[in-house]
Amino acid sequence: MNLLRAYEQADIYLVVAAFLLAAGVYGLIRRRTLIGMLISGELIFSASSLNIMALNCFYVPDPTVGQVFALFVMGLAAAEVAIVLSIIIAVYRNYRSIKTRELSELNG
Amino acid sequence: MNSFPISDYLAIVIFVFCLAATVGGALLAVLTARIIRSVCGLMICCIGLAGLYYFLHSPFLALMEILIYVGAVCVTIVFAVMLAEPDEPAREERSGAAILWGTVALTVGAAICWGLSRLSLQGQWTAPAAKVTDGSVKAIGVSLLTTYSMAFELISLVLLVAIIGALVIARTGRSKA
Repeated sequence: MNLLRAYEQADIYLVVAAFLLAAGVYGLIRRRTLIGMLISGELIFSASSLNIMALNCFYVPDPTVGQVFALFVMGLAAAEVAIVLSIIIAVYRNYRSIKTRELSELNG
Repeated sequence: MNSFPISDYLAIVIFVFCLAATVGGALLAVLTARIIRSVCGLMICCIGLAGLYYFLHSPFLALMEILIYVGAVCVTIVFAVMLAEPDEPAREERSGAAILWGTVALTVGAAICWGLSRLSLQGQWTAPAAKVTDGSVKAIGVSLLTTYSMAFELISLVLLVAIIGALVIARTGRSKA
């Protein structure tokens, strides 16, 4: 394994993607505000994109497939952020707080 | 052989820098108590990811990563941070539940990282004999407008619905307040 050519092997990218997913899940469990959980969710999206791109670059005959897929993931992440942030704003108007511990009652 | 021998070292230095930015940004994003630092961590992570995409022979994706994540997503989150007051509450003093949940989160994270790394390092991946296309921006455009045209149209519909839905959700609370 030539260290100077480390960026031409898929292993490093796959391990980094696994680390990003683990960091996202850790944050999703540990964070106690809605925006913190949203940021952890974005990390999980990034992990999936990086994993797909690494496999796409090294092990797939048609390298456009993974790029198109990663583009769609980015579009969905952008739509998700818009919706989640508007929900956060609406929740903050009603409860004056976005701490997950205080959002424990349902009200129609 | 390369005519400019320093360029090998330069490439590996830039690669390590991108890796460090990705990992460090992710750690910053999940570990800091102030949310605004967490958003900055997400930005650093996305810039590092853009560099990694560039190393994976897709400069278009690197550009889009910076444009969408750093330019749109993080800025939108910063707006929400300004509108709400989302700082993490001060940790309860060594309560049993906090320690328990910290341990659970760390265990789950470490298990996922270890398991997935092991799976992907031991997998019998086979490289293809030949590439069908070169993966250039032109090839992406052609496949977006031929093979994936339906999904392309649907994603624009999803974005439109998301914009309208965000407006509706954020507006109803306003009329009451």
